[in-house]
Amino acid sequence: MYDFELVKPASLQEAIEAMQAEDAQALGGGQTLLPTMKARLAMADTLVALSAIEEIKGICTDDDGRLCIGGGTTHAMVQRDCAESFPALASLAGRIGDPAVRNRGTIGGSLANNDPSACYPAAALACNATIVTQNREIAADDYFLGMFTTALEEREIVTEVRFPVPEAAHYEKFIQPASRFPLVAVFVAKYSDAVRVAVTGASSDGVFRWNEAEAALSGNFSEDAVKGLSAPDADGMISDLHGDGAYRAHLVKVMCARAVKACA
Amino acid sequence: MPKDTGIGASPKRREDVRFLTGKGRYTDDINLAGQAHVVFLRSDVAHGRITSIDTGAAEAMEGVIRVFTGEDFAEVGGIPCGWQITSIDGSVMQEPKHPVLAHGKVRHVGDPIAAVVAETRDQAKDACEAIEVEIESLPAVIDMKAAVKPGAPKVHDELAGNLCYDWGLVQENKEAVDRAISAAAHVTTLELVNNRLIANPMEPRVAVGDYTSHDDHSTLYTTSQNPHVIRLLMGAFVLGIPEHKLRVVAPDVGGGFGTKIFHYAEEAFCTFAAKALERPVKWTSSRSEAFMSDAHGRDHVTKIELALDAEHNFTALRTETYANMGAYLSTFAPSVPTWLHGTLMAGNYKTPLIYVNVKAVFTNTVPVDAYRGAGRPEATFQLERVVDKAARELGVDPVELRRKNFITEFPYATPVAVEYDTGDYHATMDKLLELIDRDGFPARRAGSEARGKLRGLGINSYIEACGIAPSHLVGQLGARAGLYESATVRVNATGGLVVMTGSHSHGQGHETSFPQVVADMIGIPEDQVEIVHGDTDKVPMGMGTYGSRSLAVGGSAIYRATEKVIAKAKKIAAHIMEASDEDIELKDGKFTVAGTDKSVAWGDVTLAAYVPHNYPLEDIEPGLEETAFYDPNNFTYPSGAYACEVEVDPETGKVEVLAFAAADDFGNVVNPMIVEGQVHGGLAQGIGQALLESCAYDADGQLLSASYMDYAMPRAHDFPMFAVDSSCRTPCTHNPLGVKGCGEAGAIGSPPSVVNAVIDALASGGHDVGHIDMPLTPARVWHAMHGGTPNQRAAQPAAHSEETTHDRSVAGAATNV
Repeated sequence: MYDFELVKPASLQEAIEAMQAEDAQALGGGQTLLPTMKARLAMADTLVALSAIEEIKGICTDDDGRLCIGGGTTHAMVQRDCAESFPALASLAGRIGDPAVRNRGTIGGSLANNDPSACYPAAALACNATIVTQNREIAADDYFLGMFTTALEEREIVTEVRFPVPEAAHYEKFIQPASRFPLVAVFVAKYSDAVRVAVTGASSDGVFRWNEAEAALSGNFSEDAVKGLSAPDADGMISDLHGDGAYRAHLVKVMCARAVKACA
Repeated sequence: MPKDTGIGASPKRREDVRFLTGKGRYTDDINLAGQAHVVFLRSDVAHGRITSIDTGAAEAMEGVIRVFTGEDFAEVGGIPCGWQITSIDGSVMQEPKHPVLAHGKVRHVGDPIAAVVAETRDQAKDACEAIEVEIESLPAVIDMKAAVKPGAPKVHDELAGNLCYDWGLVQENKEAVDRAISAAAHVTTLELVNNRLIANPMEPRVAVGDYTSHDDHSTLYTTSQNPHVIRLLMGAFVLGIPEHKLRVVAPDVGGGFGTKIFHYAEEAFCTFAAKALERPVKWTSSRSEAFMSDAHGRDHVTKIELALDAEHNFTALRTETYANMGAYLSTFAPSVPTWLHGTLMAGNYKTPLIYVNVKAVFTNTVPVDAYRGAGRPEATFQLERVVDKAARELGVDPVELRRKNFITEFPYATPVAVEYDTGDYHATMDKLLELIDRDGFPARRAGSEARGKLRGLGINSYIEACGIAPSHLVGQLGARAGLYESATVRVNATGGLVVMTGSHSHGQGHETSFPQVVADMIGIPEDQVEIVHGDTDKVPMGMGTYGSRSLAVGGSAIYRATEKVIAKAKKIAAHIMEASDEDIELKDGKFTVAGTDKSVAWGDVTLAAYVPHNYPLEDIEPGLEETAFYDPNNFTYPSGAYACEVEVDPETGKVEVLAFAAADDFGNVVNPMIVEGQVHGGLAQGIGQALLESCAYDADGQLLSASYMDYAMPRAHDFPMFAVDSSCRTPCTHNPLGVKGCGEAGAIGSPPSVVNAVIDALASGGHDVGHIDMPLTPARVWHAMHGGTPNQRAAQPAAHSEETTHDRSVAGAATNV
């Protein structure tokens, strides 16, 4: 690890000010950034730790019935506090990493990093959640711009994520056996007017919506509707030690069908 | 009735108290006054010529004491190899130089180029980044079969080529084997890969070198399974330090699994630099470094052919293996695919004709050497896979085919140069079938099918050779060391004992099981016996711990030394009781005179030995301490039968292990609980090899599985509760304890049962899959079910063809799925 300054602001305003420093980097739960820094693959002059900012932690429901989760909320808190209000999301959070990761890692950190195999991006995109920063609100459809790339600008901090709670939802994950990240995982969210399907782990462009499945499921929300589809195009799928593109494409279909079945 | 003390009892492991309460003292816990830290700059290319190294900027950085390069080691020997193999044509193996720091060329990713010694580790790391190295990249040699073709790029320019040796066992039998295979009623052929593994002990390697100028004495603290071997190899062959000027200490070691047997460059560096700088020098491997510098394991590409007559008797066996040595010869690397592999190819079967050919190949990869099982898993895997395939081709029961060919008379001289002393393969198979409830399998399979899953049962036998020795034999086979073990038993005046053993304990539980032996022999409580190991200044000599030899060889040395102690103590007791030596009996810690009511306690005799007021000084010396060197006259041959029951998800190819049973014959058992734990650990590594673990390089020699993000370590929840039994016991006939060794069996016996089970499951779903290479990842299984695996066509008549489908053992990105 290279040397750096650590700033630990107690308020969002202090954090925003601290982020003005040259080469400042926000630190959420540190479950990706710290190992990367330890391996000297990342460096920052100033780390702005967000973990002491109470105003960006916690979960509530807004007037529109949306579930609002502070950007600094840990996976363990989501697992515990969303179990009744949004069980599919609680289940997703409860299956990230191990207890140590879940008690440090945050939803804001995960969405800001946008790892192509992370879990939260699938939920956010499937629900078209709103990602809130100190400056603006960004619809999930406009937020994920590719592997490790988002619409966030320099110095922008994810302060809250607002989820319209679906009528039914399920997150089906097939793990990569080494990292236990998703090899492929699918989040299916059924709303009164539409069904949305988001896929993580599969594409080298990061999380994406499987439009054919959404169309088929909007007319017939059943496992069979998915089974009648062809697997998505294997071109552009991640191909690595753990599975080639064709296998991942196949898994997208299998995981989607299982997620739909689990919604019933 | 289970015993609660002595041999056969299961006292809890006394060492676990300190391990579980954080009180273990590992090498990294050792920090010496004035200590400096070294960080190695390692090659990030697999193969290249070093055209320049500029250390100027690094040397000027804060805290930097000195930067070393290969030039600094010009007067120093290379890292030696401890075993020499002779090729079929009579030539000795090609043995390249292995410099402490790369000189001229780098030969694998992770090869150390330079070393920065600084006041702190971070300063050394910073300075490492400031070293300017220019490397002219050369084509990487990764594919073993391409490596031995004429004109291939050479890993070592000074060698004739990349073939280390071409070895045959038994060469005189080759023609007879070829004829028998040509004439056979049936030949089953299988081409397979034994996947490369990385041991990944929980504790990474650490070395601390120290030097005192006033007596010209060097000390190395290191994470080793065999400190005396390191003292000999490093002292005599690398640094030229005589043994009386060199102390090697291996304190608590957090797992070895073979990869901490070998003498490594970092150990020699720290010892050398401590003397050069007159300061202690410490190196602690990062986990990332461990992936690219700890010796790897396995990595064979094999074609095996099994010939059977019309009655399904095995008539001949022929194998051809390419064994990856990596870029340099690690300490015992040449012995692993030869004497630890070829000699086990008879397995449990009375196949009369066997020929084994092994070609060892240099590649631009991390050196490969012994890893839990070392050669024997590779032998067992190919044999038990080809037998299972033969049963499937012939439509016969795989258990009955094995039983028909089992060796039943002992001693049995195999056609591959070893003699099994005892065994009862039907007994362990009977026990196994009971443990796994084979009769209930059809109903369980039907239950799985009702849930849309494919269920399979895989069964296999295994035999292995443990207690590696005897010295006179291994000497003939090319070992450059003896393979005895030593023990000193020191009895104190008040009756307590200290046992100094050359067997190193790094998870095996010696501190618990060795006292059970000694206490049992004398009849005193086990807490009267203390074990000392891991320090060349405290233990007279030791060949160390590997090859499941600790109890069979080290324990036998302790037994012999204790016998000597008892013999002397009896003389003292006889003097005290005014009786004849021959009439003295020792039981329950008390000496008695046969046929009388006279007795004297153990403690009175030991006190007399050190306070010899009433003592036969004219006959024997005072004191009570004896040393024994035990050199066995054969290997031991643990054997058994294993079974794995799996469920395959046909939609994803995911394999779940539902049950695993192991019926082992370890001969006599000193501590059944420790034995069961050893089997559990071995099974985790064997099943891990079969389903999860894979060390992968790409075609350029970049290590793809370079962290736990890509190297899949098995975890507890990957396994069911194992059913482990060691009640079938045919005691070893040639060591005093009748023990055989249990440390590696689980890793040796389990991979074929897992693969056999998956093949069985797929067959039940109509998928005629001949073989899938390990690890059986979901992607590989799914592709195999859909005809995508490239190694499916090696059935008959390929037995008579020279074609092979595999060139590489080391899977690359998305290849060989």
